[in-house]
Amino acid sequence: MTAQQSQAIHVQGLEKSYKELRVLRGVDFDVARGSIFALLGSNGAGKTTVVKILSTLLKADAGTARVNGLDVAAQPANVRESISLTGQFAAVDEILSGRENLVLVARLRHLKDPGRIADDLLERFSLTDAAARKVSTYSGGMRRRLDIAMSLIGDPPVVFLDEPTTGLDPQARIEVWQAVKELADQGTTVLLTTQYLDEAEQLADRIAILHEGRIIVNGTLAELKQLLPPAKVEYVEKQPTLEDVFLTLVGANGKNATRMSKEQR
Amino acid sequence: MTKYFFVDTAALLGRSLRHITRSADTIITTTVMPIAMLLLFVYVFGGAINTGPVSYVNYLLPGILLITIASGIAYTAFRLFMDMKSGIFERFQSMPIARSSVLWAHVLTSLVANLISLVVVVLVALLMGFRSGAGVLAWLAVAGMLILFTLALTWIAVIAGLSAKSVDGASAFSYPLIFLPFLSSAFVPTDTMPGPLRAFAEHQPVTSIVNAIRDLFTQQPVGTDIWIALAWCVAILVVAHLFAMAAYRRKIA
Repeated sequence: MTAQQSQAIHVQGLEKSYKELRVLRGVDFDVARGSIFALLGSNGAGKTTVVKILSTLLKADAGTARVNGLDVAAQPANVRESISLTGQFAAVDEILSGRENLVLVARLRHLKDPGRIADDLLERFSLTDAAARKVSTYSGGMRRRLDIAMSLIGDPPVVFLDEPTTGLDPQARIEVWQAVKELADQGTTVLLTTQYLDEAEQLADRIAILHEGRIIVNGTLAELKQLLPPAKVEYVEKQPTLEDVFLTLVGANGKNATRMSKEQR
Repeated sequence: MTKYFFVDTAALLGRSLRHITRSADTIITTTVMPIAMLLLFVYVFGGAINTGPVSYVNYLLPGILLITIASGIAYTAFRLFMDMKSGIFERFQSMPIARSSVLWAHVLTSLVANLISLVVVVLVALLMGFRSGAGVLAWLAVAGMLILFTLALTWIAVIAGLSAKSVDGASAFSYPLIFLPFLSSAFVPTDTMPGPLRAFAEHQPVTSIVNAIRDLFTQQPVGTDIWIALAWCVAILVVAHLFAMAAYRRKIA
């Protein structure tokens, strides 16, 4: 196996323009198998464009992209066998129930016993009680959980999560983070895009910053921190953040959540 | 991936058929307007329209059936547009499925929904005194013609659903299609129309399709109209399908 093939994702010189607008101007990065890679950038930086090219929804103007050792331009059908995409908005069918959504995806992935697969995932994502309800009655967090559950059907080795927590409340966000961590623990490669810095900090093994169509830095959190002058010691009165207060006061996840957000500091 | 075309289309067809059974209002709103027109024209205007020996409800029904289809396909554009907007279209396209099955499921759903609406409208017409002595073959020919017309218009709806920028845009394209039967032999014989209008009315697709269906219902020899009607339907189908596939390729690599 060459070095290129051992990477779950290999992107080199990727370029894409929409008419006059040059969104990607030569993007390069690699993602190691079983790791979580965060693509960080502000709105309009081109994160979604990268994800769309990698998930065979869009053709690049130049450059190469390989997913699981397969070229996205030359072998798109094989790439689709290896990936799953969770788009920027929870792509669930509102009129179907949660269970029907999962069964549909399992059938489309041509798996045996779609019903059992659906039930297992409902259980794993704490949606069993809501299984028979129409998705239009779900909360934002439940939708996102269902959305991610749908992406895991068939155990694709590479999962793309495009801004998985945008628009979610703090509790739902922590639920999604938990799901992503579990995924990586099981050996799935995760490429996630986000505009939230703390999300990248919480989840990612490596972080790349996409800015004006190029990757301007790429490294582990520790490496990125070294780019700035070393930390100096200051004494600051430690106040709880509003998020700490909110999560302590509300919801079943309050306790767990407080602990998690304290770890961030 | 084409080996999965039928399985995938079946799975996705099951999905959109659930949409129809769970929002029966789409069938009801599709049939309400044609039925209202049927009532209005038969009981209000019909008495003043001279259609010769044919009773007006018998004369009118073929045109009303085409209007039913034209208003029904707007929901196909709507459903497709919502799939694009919600991101579920992209989810399907990024999965290892036969990609075209996503479109075909919508097209077949359109066919099923429109056939249900057509049956409802024909039943109402029967209550209003529509009668036909047509045999099984003639009815089959009518059904075939309506299916072909539905498929042709559905592919136009696919273009609209794929390229619309808003929900309103996705369904507004059907208004001219609903209006087209008024400028044809559907409501009144074309002989009384002024020259240019008459020329348009007699050479647009609706007139030949309406005439062919009317002849089948009234057991008249169908003449050349049926061939012209078939040619129109097939031509619209082929051209609309080409444009729909072009719109599809613009959306998806």
